[in-house]
Amino acid sequence: MSVHAWLDERIGLADFMSFLRKKEVPDHRHAVWYFFGGMTLFFFMMQVLTGLLLIVYYQPGSDSSYGSVQRITSQIEFGWLIRSVHSWSANLMLLSAFFHMFSVFFMKAYRAPRELTWWSGMGLLGLGMGFGFSGYLLPWDQLAYFATKIGLDVMEKSPFIGKELATMLRGGADVGVITLQRFYALHAAVLPVLFMPLLLLHLWLVQKHGNAAPPSVTEKKSVPFFPTFFYKDLMVWFLCLNLLALLASLWPWDLGPQADKLAAAPDGIHPEWYFMSQFQLLKFIPGKVGPVDGELLGMGLFGAGGVLWALVPLWDRGSRGRLVNLVGLGAVIVLLVLTIWGYAGVAGKG
Amino acid sequence: MTDTPQTAAAPQGLSRRALGQGLFAAAAALYTAALAWPIFRYLKSGTQGADEGPQVNEVNLGAEKDYLPGSGKLFLFGSKPALILRRKDGHFVALFATCTHLGCTVKFAQDQDRITCACHGGVYDPDTGRNIGGPPPAPLKPLVVSTDGGAVVVRRA
Ligand code: HEM
Ligand code: FES
Repeated sequence: MSVHAWLDERIGLADFMSFLRKKEVPDHRHAVWYFFGGMTLFFFMMQVLTGLLLIVYYQPGSDSSYGSVQRITSQIEFGWLIRSVHSWSANLMLLSAFFHMFSVFFMKAYRAPRELTWWSGMGLLGLGMGFGFSGYLLPWDQLAYFATKIGLDVMEKSPFIGKELATMLRGGADVGVITLQRFYALHAAVLPVLFMPLLLLHLWLVQKHGNAAPPSVTEKKSVPFFPTFFYKDLMVWFLCLNLLALLASLWPWDLGPQADKLAAAPDGIHPEWYFMSQFQLLKFIPGKVGPVDGELLGMGLFGAGGVLWALVPLWDRGSRGRLVNLVGLGAVIVLLVLTIWGYAGVAGKG
Repeated sequence: MTDTPQTAAAPQGLSRRALGQGLFAAAAALYTAALAWPIFRYLKSGTQGADEGPQVNEVNLGAEKDYLPGSGKLFLFGSKPALILRRKDGHFVALFATCTHLGCTVKFAQDQDRITCACHGGVYDPDTGRNIGGPPPAPLKPLVVSTDGGAVVVRRA
């Protein structure tokens, strides 16, 4: 009996393959955007691989964190490469997730029956940003320390649960060893446990419903996901792998001086790019807007925007296409302007 | 493409398709190696020198008068556990404390005046380190003790 037949009898390979073959991917001039979910997935897999390698040598602790990262980059063979790939791929994963989310939004692929796909995707992006935020502290260098301080301060200004959440994450009033331990637990245990099942749900839903074509596309051309689109996906992954290898080896990720609570915040300190817009919002908003606390107002508006964004499958059920496009465009502009403005504000200072 | 007679394209009998597949396989092998090699070296490099530690030849264990006759205690010779015993007549004995059976750390049982191993009941003679009971197949490895100027110093045999 062949291996295939043996397995098929026990786990129903044929069913699985026909599940894969069932899906069709629409083929039209916006079809290039269908690659971004897969790219996000690829970078996530790279994170899992390099993350598992890093925990072999990483030792959390106020003295050992910095020392062990230093050892990884300078003494362990190829340690610099593993760490560099992990950092670069984290950024590329979030970047492609953002592209993916906006393309899904503009293609209106969140409409019924794909509401849960949209929400699970939002959850994945939130967890992905959590990965980025918690991971950034782990080397315990000066930049990590202050970026975390700032990030938690931003969170603290969010209405309702902001303060509670920030104190809980910090494990007290100040960023310290307890914060480091918590962030490690989050980064290497809690978030992966939450992310994996959500990712499986997301992928299963995508497979079940197939990709949505945007309403503007009328001709119904499509290609089978398996094997046609799958091979294209693999080609894109291959390009991503080469890009990642180039970036990680030509610009190896830096390690600054060890965190020192007595040192003043370095000039030009800022969070990672995916938190830059919130950071800039807090920076320019005045302390008081009328009777209300300006920062609270700013984060409140930001949060309300996020909620509206998440609820788009409920307020657009098929007839509000123009409004959706305007909202999407507005969101892109606001985020881009705040981010660029934020970078302009810190340029040349650090 | 598919209509091209294969013999015309590849006179040596090597078809284009086979050539393509060969190139693909070679590239795949190259990439696999480029991924696997750094990972292999990465995982391997931490283990070098991890179990030996720096080479130690001599350990000073402090003043002779602090050791009661008939007593014994464990100490570290480099990264390895060892036993220092002061016999009833006042002379010193030092032995590596790694059981020769399966590598547990042995202890000095003062009440029986024997070196015993808790893992499988091995027994050694405290004066010589000879295996005198239980499963151990060989004596404990000896160290050399000297008491120059009141200090107890242990060296490799
Ligand atoms: C962070 C990790 C994420 C991974 C690994 C991931 C993975 C994928 C993959 C592989 C696909 C199928 C290919 C494609 O349509 O591009 C997909 C589709 C989809 N994703 Fe994600 N995604 C992630 C985040 C998100 C986010 C943040 C959203 C939106 C809030 C989202 C919403 C969707 C939707 C609605 C689809 C279906 C698109 C369609 O039908 O054309 N995903 N995702
Ligand atoms: S290891 Fe000591 S008796 Fe077995």
